[in-house]
Amino acid sequence: MSEPIRMTADEMAQALAAGEISSVELTRSHLDRIATVDGDLHAFLHVDEEGALAVAADVDARRAAGDQLAYLAGVPVAVKDIVVTRGVPTTCGSKILQGWVPPYDATIAARLKAARLPMLGKTNMDEFAMGSSTEHSAYGPTRNPWDTSRVPGGSGGGSAAAVAAFEAPLAIGTDTGGSIRQPGAFTGTVGVKPTYGAVSRYGLVAMASSLDQAGPVTRTVLDAALLHELIAGHDPMDSTSIDGPVAPVVSAARHGNLKGLRIGIIRELSGDGFQTGVRARFDEAVDLLTGAGAEIVEISIPSLEYALAAYYLVMPSEASSNLARFDAMRYGLRVSPEGVDSPSAEQVMAATRDAGFGDEVKRRIIVGTYALSSGYYDAYYGSAQKVRTLLARDFAAAFEGVDVLASPTVPTTAYPLGDKLDDPLAMYLGDIATLPANLVGIPGLSLPIGLADEDQLPVGMQFLAPATADERLYNVAAGLESLLEQAWGAPLLTQAPMLGAVR
Amino acid sequence: MSEPVTGISRQDVEHLAGLARIDLSDAEIDQLATELPAILEHVAMVQGAAGDDVPAMSHPLPVDNVFRVDAVRPGLTAEEALAGAPDAEQQRFLVPKILGEQ
Repeated sequence: MSEPIRMTADEMAQALAAGEISSVELTRSHLDRIATVDGDLHAFLHVDEEGALAVAADVDARRAAGDQLAYLAGVPVAVKDIVVTRGVPTTCGSKILQGWVPPYDATIAARLKAARLPMLGKTNMDEFAMGSSTEHSAYGPTRNPWDTSRVPGGSGGGSAAAVAAFEAPLAIGTDTGGSIRQPGAFTGTVGVKPTYGAVSRYGLVAMASSLDQAGPVTRTVLDAALLHELIAGHDPMDSTSIDGPVAPVVSAARHGNLKGLRIGIIRELSGDGFQTGVRARFDEAVDLLTGAGAEIVEISIPSLEYALAAYYLVMPSEASSNLARFDAMRYGLRVSPEGVDSPSAEQVMAATRDAGFGDEVKRRIIVGTYALSSGYYDAYYGSAQKVRTLLARDFAAAFEGVDVLASPTVPTTAYPLGDKLDDPLAMYLGDIATLPANLVGIPGLSLPIGLADEDQLPVGMQFLAPATADERLYNVAAGLESLLEQAWGAPLLTQAPMLGAVR
Repeated sequence: MSEPVTGISRQDVEHLAGLARIDLSDAEIDQLATELPAILEHVAMVQGAAGDDVPAMSHPLPVDNVFRVDAVRPGLTAEEALAGAPDAEQQRFLVPKILGEQ
């Protein structure tokens, strides 16, 4: 057995079942790893050592007693701080929720608990998931394990960095425009945004309700499928939850059959504006797929031209509405305006929201308020909703001819901290390949496909499938993952710098 | 129907901040008045994307009204609900005065 933290989650589950390691030992090694490297990375906002070890000890006792346990029981997990966790602080990366200890569990948290996965802690994120670099966290940025002077992506940079740095084998992310997939690409990890409605949104702090979706963040395709299967499924507490069977993602991830698979390369997401090393690794991956018997065709999605603009209207509009709940009345921060005797609720609300929200959150609330305001609604929000229809039509037409679509996940590799902070629009442009899936509701997966020659940083390949056909992503990604690891001789993350090794 | 934005004034930002109930500082208003034109100019391109014949899509998967079973189930106790409140009194949320000057 290799060093416990270096195993895949699937290997951990098998080692636990075989009695080769206890969950307490496994959980303890991850807590030790966090203690060693997280000072440099800042992937975690809160580490729940006591809670994690208690669940681990319970799993070990139950296993010893011969109880029937979930497959992943005893395998530790990290959870993005947007997921509401009973008794464990939940800030969503914002000062306005500092110190809030929720009185209930999100459905995802309840499912992880029911399956007895020790929760190591809550991971860092851009405030209210607004950002693509985790630099907009009110608690300071997370750093990329491949190069700590660079961003890990965002908004779920904490979950991706934790998994890449072997602080956790599994993590939960959420993806409104790429917040699972883009950090996956930047950190050399696997990230999946399931079909909209596949995973319950109950208990996720809402950003844009028609776009938000939670999913797995892992090091392998099979691990992602195992976590996906655990958290997916109908939930009566979420009115947009799909009342149907969970896609057979685990069996797809175990097969990875590429022969005869029809893969469409999205023309609009493969040309100029994409970094040389990103294109080179993408082209090689396509060649590998071809060599394995997949059929490659070029596909055009003409309405992609409008996708970024539509997204940056729909998302802020919904966010401005959702964030109205932070009113300083029932929970969270309350700040009184300076120099006002006996201020009104409205004055307290406005002072609190100025003190409690960061710059990017304010920027998006103001843009959303503008797009929804009287006289502009039809021109902005209404037009953006029409673009969603155009995109849905284009994707439906594309999937008539192919099983999955493919593109680079992000046009570039991870950029240096601070690089795009002063230019919001430049940061938004990095989401061009990921956000269309959210606008249309289809599932997307990012798989690490190598390092860019120019900077030795990870590159991700994105696959997209029709709604509710999530298993197709796992099938194609598992097939390609296996070919790539044969070519590399080991998983990509073995090439990452050995954090904490000299300590 | 309005024309695409070509500029957004400081006064516009102040008005929006009022609607959004955020007491922005002068520096923040200046900053947003500088940043918003580029963002709004970019997003304005959606106006030329689709004709009147294209329906709006508010949601990826159309769902009709969804109801849960109308059954009693456990909820939060008053103590739990008030645990995160900035202020509470007599098992109620205590809030600042909700009416302005008399």
